[in-house]
This record gives sequence, structure tokens and C-alpha cells, in this order.
Amino acid sequence: MSSSQQVVKRAKYKTTVKDPGTPGVLKLTQEKLVFKPNDPTSNNRVEVDFRLIKNHKHTKEGSNKPPWLNLGHSQGSYIFELENFSDLHVCRELVGIALSKHVEPPKVVSDEQLSPAEMTLRIKLLQEDSKLQKLHKDLVASGKLTESEFWATKKKLLDQDESRKLKQRIGFKNSLIFDTKPTSDGRINQVKFQLTPEIKYQIFALKPAVHQAFLNFVPSKMSEVDFWNKYFKAEYIHSTKNTIAAAAEAAEDEDLAVFLKDDEILENEARKKVRRVDPTLDMEADQGDDYTHLPDHGIFRDGSKETAEAQNTFYRRTLLQDLNRQSEVVLEGKTLDMDMEHPRTVAEVLARRKQESDGVIEEERRNRISKMTQIEDLQAQDDHRFAPLCIKDPRDYFDSQQVNALKSLDDSLAGKEQIRCNLGSEEAYGSLRESISKIKAIGLMDPLLSPEVAFKVLNGLTKNISSTKSHLGKSSQESVLDILPNTTKEKLLDHWVCSQELLRHFWSSYPVTTQNLVNKTKRMKDAISQIYSKLEEIKVSAKSDLRHQVSLVVHPMQQALDAALLHYDADVRKRNARGTKPNGYV
Amino acid sequence: MTSAPSKLYADDVSLLVVTLDTNPFFWTTFPFHFSEFLSQVLAFLNSILLLGQLNQLVVIATGCNSCGYIYDSTSNRNHASTNGTMPALYSNLLHNLEEFLARDQKLTMPHAPVTVPSSLLSGSLSMALCYIQRAFRSGPMHPQPRILCLQGSTDGPEQYVAIMNAIFSAQRSSVPVDSCYIGSNNSAFLQQASYITGGIYYRPPQMDGLFQYLSTVFATDLHSRAFLRLPKSLGVDFRASCFCHKQTIDMGYVCSVCLSIFCEHHDKCSTSLYLARLNQMLPQQTTGKERLHNVSGLITLILSCPSRELICYVS
Repeated sequence: MSSSQQVVKRAKYKTTVKDPGTPGVLKLTQEKLVFKPNDPTSNNRVEVDFRLIKNHKHTKEGSNKPPWLNLGHSQGSYIFELENFSDLHVCRELVGIALSKHVEPPKVVSDEQLSPAEMTLRIKLLQEDSKLQKLHKDLVASGKLTESEFWATKKKLLDQDESRKLKQRIGFKNSLIFDTKPTSDGRINQVKFQLTPEIKYQIFALKPAVHQAFLNFVPSKMSEVDFWNKYFKAEYIHSTKNTIAAAAEAAEDEDLAVFLKDDEILENEARKKVRRVDPTLDMEADQGDDYTHLPDHGIFRDGSKETAEAQNTFYRRTLLQDLNRQSEVVLEGKTLDMDMEHPRTVAEVLARRKQESDGVIEEERRNRISKMTQIEDLQAQDDHRFAPLCIKDPRDYFDSQQVNALKSLDDSLAGKEQIRCNLGSEEAYGSLRESISKIKAIGLMDPLLSPEVAFKVLNGLTKNISSTKSHLGKSSQESVLDILPNTTKEKLLDHWVCSQELLRHFWSSYPVTTQNLVNKTKRMKDAISQIYSKLEEIKVSAKSDLRHQVSLVVHPMQQALDAALLHYDADVRKRNARGTKPNGYV
Repeated sequence: MTSAPSKLYADDVSLLVVTLDTNPFFWTTFPFHFSEFLSQVLAFLNSILLLGQLNQLVVIATGCNSCGYIYDSTSNRNHASTNGTMPALYSNLLHNLEEFLARDQKLTMPHAPVTVPSSLLSGSLSMALCYIQRAFRSGPMHPQPRILCLQGSTDGPEQYVAIMNAIFSAQRSSVPVDSCYIGSNNSAFLQQASYITGGIYYRPPQMDGLFQYLSTVFATDLHSRAFLRLPKSLGVDFRASCFCHKQTIDMGYVCSVCLSIFCEHHDKCSTSLYLARLNQMLPQQTTGKERLHNVSGLITLILSCPSRELICYVS
């Protein structure tokens, strides 16, 4: 496909047939159509992929209707009124090609279809991470998960990689555009300036006065060509003659004068920048150290050495100023990523950017002042007694859950039954009062507790201590896993990772709303039960002295899997009982 | 509070606020007698005061209709026993407790409840925290406060939000909440309270040795706890109560804006008035072992993984 196949035409965009239309520029490529209204504030901007265009119609030449191109999409159609029928034909042809191209490939938005870049990225990730590779092999190769399902939960990894190789943005050219030297053939008394969109953009960025003038003059007062002629004339005067001539020239032509005094806007900006300086900094005090206000160290731009009279300093530009301005713009970087074919739009966009950034700067300044003006002596002491609300370390949670996992599930069920209360409040309060008066009368029990009980309690409390101590081992890093032989340990860890992944997929597919998810949960359930039986095997095959430890480790894993299996069964039963709902919500 | 700020408190001086479950309906159904319980507890309270001269003790009664302070070791109104048979602590406390019970009874609903009503733990926790705040503000040197909940009756799921709020404010002011639960099943509220605030949760297996449990486990001040191996919590029930029906739930819907928990799907969150469509209410699907419904847990989850699938799966 050649990218040169694009058509740019003036056209009017009509939302309806009756609509008088918004004038603008219609640009068609094989991929999409873009309509930019002439009035940038108009929101009739259209940018549509040809994939979304269903059909196209047009008015016939010779009929009394204007040349309309009608592109139908799912909700309606875009109507463009072109200037003449030959334009229409050109557009129609391109639309025809574009549409035929997009119809051909049937719309298989399959997840499996991947760009080669994505594919290589995945392969790279797998190669870098052996654990991930193993998991991928276990789950995807065995058909438990599809490729896309596997990567769906690893989006973070993919994105991370994407951001790492963020493409470099093209910066601002570092050559002085003031050096656009004229070329003359020497015979005719004429000079030529080479002007590319790139240079125009540079000029706009570097010289706010020109930018402003362009915005003010171009469509209304003079044509673009005239404008640039004027501009370069002014430049030429500058480079060849002296400042006196420039002043004289400016006096004659007021339009030209605009170009010769850039300084006003620049000065404004400089003032703005001064305001951005840390407000607590005393600029005036520093001024004595500043030598930049001395006139340009005597170096003039364009190599002229004469010293002009004071009144003409206005028209004098120094190399230093130009260099500073250039480097400033370069540092700011290119602020817009768009093609620079239409100087007008470029100029407008630039102007808008500047306003936006001005707003931001103002706010920044205000924030900074409020921050800086805090006087520390007057602040309250900053010793909050409160610890910030701390979210616990998740590991603590698992530690605390370990024993829960070992408890049977029946325990929690037993807790739900409520004890019947068959006493009236009168009796209840009465018996409580009775107890109090009993103590009042005979004092505390004597002895408070029998030696046997005391011994039992002490035993219970201390036994607990020693057992936790022996379980935990000497260092907290040591775990049960380290006692197990390496093969068992490896296997257990693999199964753990595997089951985690499967469970994540399993739970994420609830609530089951589509047939796809039904299939997936079924697949997950099968895989889960496989792992379950494998865990069982490990438990049985463990050596007798380690069996207890292994079962301790395996138990929570099996419980997690159990919960999933139970949920699956319950859900299936529930869905079968309910039947399918009409709106597809299963 | 009359504690003189001039007193120099060492780090092992404690302010112990004890909440005492005085739910009459619980005590009449419980095999262990209230009088026996009370005498063991009184002995323990006395030993707290005997452990250090500067120790302070506050006792709050947790009734089923109201809560009230029934003893304050710094109060001036403590008067000596009339007959001299028992320390002033006991007689004062018993006297106030009787008065409290009489007041509490007056608030009782005319018809007797079918099941044992739960005690107002949230109320007594709040009172304890208020008292502790006062201690905090009494001066730069204040005793180390802690709360001990002596609780027997079952959790009232309707108090879930209030109790969780109390727990979090205790956590903020770093006040540990110890709990000695004597009921037959573990109390999820107290487990969470002790877990979050870094206190001790213990359910004594043998009621007739209660005094010894109390004095070995709960009498130690915060400073000494660093050197002791106190019983570790065996596991925490993190289940939450839904905000709509106040039921303890394993699985529920969480408002994605304010994290309110509901047992059934609503179109609109009643707490934040956030209009949620079905897919925006995130279903929490966890059963069996995968319970993590502590509100703080939810925050972690939602902050760290905004995608639905990770919230659903908690393990």
C-alpha cells in the first residue's frame, strides 16, 4: 500500500441533507477519512476509520444536485459537499478502494490473532522468566488455559514492557533558523528563501511576534505568500544593512515594523518567567551580580560591529538574545505532534498550547506561594501522636489464617446457632443481682482456684508456648518446606503456583454470564480437580516421618481448591434450577 | 480525671480499661456462674492495682441496653467499705454495678427476647476510647492505656460498623484491645479488634482457672509484653456484616465508591448514594478459607488491584 494515495479536497460537511454545511478540508486516505473544519472552534470535526463505513453514495453529474459524497455508517451517514464533480470523482474512487479493502478480510476479532510484535514480546517475557515459562507450559500447553486467557492476567507484564520502549519523541531542531540564508543566482536582483513547514513551525515557536502577526494578518489582511515575503524582507534588511536602515524601513511600512520588534512579547514572557521564580528569592538583591543586562557583550548578530545610536536600540537584536531564545525553545521541545502542512492550523494550535500552559503556570505559582509563605515558627508542633491507619502486612493475615485452615469447617457452622433464651428479663436481672449480693455477703471465693486447676492452666499456657516455638524453628525464615526433600518441595511449589493461577482464573470468571465463561469454568474445574488429586498423591507418597508436615502444607492448598470445587457445584446446581434468563444473564 | 500531671509515669504504668459483659440473658444461660466469674475478675482487677502504685483502672459495664462506668480508680467518690470485710475496690464496684443493672433493666423492652441479645460492645468500646483520649490530653506524661474486653455474649452483627469504627480509632491512637472471650464460640469482632490493634485475643479453655489466665496473659503491661511469649492468636474470623440487613456474610457486594458491604445487589448504594450498575458493584466471591472481609483488607485489595478479577479472588 502506498501512503501517497491520499486525497485532500475542500468540502463542506453536512450532518443532514438540509444542513448548510461546515466548510473545511476533507482528507481521505485508504485507512480513514478526516474532516477538519476551517473554523477550529467548530466541533464538526470528523475522523472515521473506513472500517466503520458501510457503504457510499454520490450524486450524479448532470443532476441538479450539488456534488455530494454520502458515506453511510451504522448510525447514519456523513455527507460532504465537494467543490465540483471532478473532485467528487477523485474522492469516490479512493473511497471505493478503501472500502473494498476493508470489506475483504472478514471481521474475525479473534484474540488469537496477534501482531508479530506482541508475539515476540510474549516470547521474550517467557524467555526471561523461567517460572513464567514453566507455568505457561503447564497451563497452556496442556490445554487448561488458552493462550489469551493466560496472558489476560499478565497484562501488567505486557504493559510494563510496552512502556519501557516508549518511542522517542522528535525534539526541536537545534539549528538556528535565523540562518536561513537567502540564495541568489547573482544575475537577477532577486533573492530566494527556502521555506518548509518545519521552518515555519520553528519561526512560530521562536518568534512570538511573527506568530502573533500571522494570526492577525494572514487570512484577512494578506495572503500567506505575501506574509512570508514581508517577513523575509524584514530579515533581509536586518542581515544586510544596519539598524538605521531597519528603523527607516519600519517607519515606512507598519506591517514590516511588526517583525522588527519582537521584543514586546518576549519581554512579557520574560516578566512571566520572573514571576515563576521562587517567590522568597529576592531578585532585586541579586541584580547587582547580574551582568546579562549589560548590552550583549558587544557581539551583534550578523557580524555587524557598529554601535547604533540609542534610539535605534529598539530595532537591534543581539546574538545573545537569539541564542537564548533558541535554546529555550529547544528545551521546551516540540509541543505538537501533527503534520505541519497548514501553517494556519499550526499557528492556531501553538497559540492554544501557550494559553493552556500559561494557566498551569499561574496555578503552579499560586501553589508555590502558598507553600513558601508558611512560616515555620508559627506552625503548630508537628508531633501527631496518631499512628497512621496502617494496613496490615498481608503476610500477617496468612500467618493468622494458618490455623483456621487446619480447623474443620464444621466449627464455623456450629457458631451460627443461637442459644435460645427462655428466661424473662426480670428473672435474668434478678439472678445477676443475686450473684452480686452473694459476693457482697461472703466475699470472694476462697480459695480462688484449686491448685490442680492452677497447675492445669499453667501447663496449658506453657505447653502452647513450647509448641509454637518448636514449630517456628529458631529463625523465622525457616519453614516446613525446608525439611522436605527437594523434589517434593519443588513439586509442591509448582503445584502451588499452578493452583493459584487456576484459582485466579476460576474466580474471575464468576458471575458466569456467557457460554464462553461456562466452558471456561468447566475447564478450570477439571484442571483444579487434577491438581487436587496430584496433591493427594504427594501426601500419600511422602515418607511416614514427613507425612504430617506435608499434609500440613498441602491442607490449605486443598482447602482453597475445595472451596472452588464446592462453589462450582453449587453454582451449576443453582443455574440448572433457575433455568436460563431471557436477557442472557445466566 | 484527677491524675496529677506532676506524677512521673514510667513506661510500665498502665491505664487499664476493662469492659465487663453484664448481659443478664447471657449469664443465665451460661454454665459458669456470674458470681464465680465476678470474684475471679475482681481478684484480677485488684492485682492490677497492686502491681503498680500508679496503675489506673477503669471498669465499664457492657449491658444489653446501656453501658456505664462502674469503677474508676482515680475517682474521689470511692469510699471505704462499710463493714470492712472487703477492699474499697470491690464494694465500690459491686455497688455501682448493682445501680447500673437497675438502670439497665429499666431500659429493657417489655417482652422477653427469644434469643440471647448481644451486649453493647460498641458502646463500651467507645466509652473506653473516650476515657483514654481524656488521659492522652491530661498532659505529656500519661500512663500507657489499653483496653481489656471481658466478653461472653455472642457478637451482634448490627453493631458491626460501630465496632469496626471503634477498632480503627483504637488502632489510630495505638491503643491495644485485649480480649478475653469466655463464650462457647470465638467472637469475630474481638478477634478482629485484637488483631488490628495488636492486642491479645484469648479464649480460656477452662473457666475455673480464669483468674490465672487473666493474671498471666492480660496483666502484663505493654512494655513487658515485648519480652514475653504470650499466646498467639490462632486465627481470625474476618467476616463482615452487611450494611443492609446486618448479617454476617461470607460473600457480598461492595460499593466501589465507599466500600460499604451489602448481602444482595442494589442499584444504589445506601451509604454513599452512589448509583451503581450491576457490573460496578463488585461481587466478593470468597468462601471457605478465602475469607477476607475485614474492611481494612478490602481497602488494600481495591487500592492495589482495581480489576474485578483480583478483588474476587482473595487467597
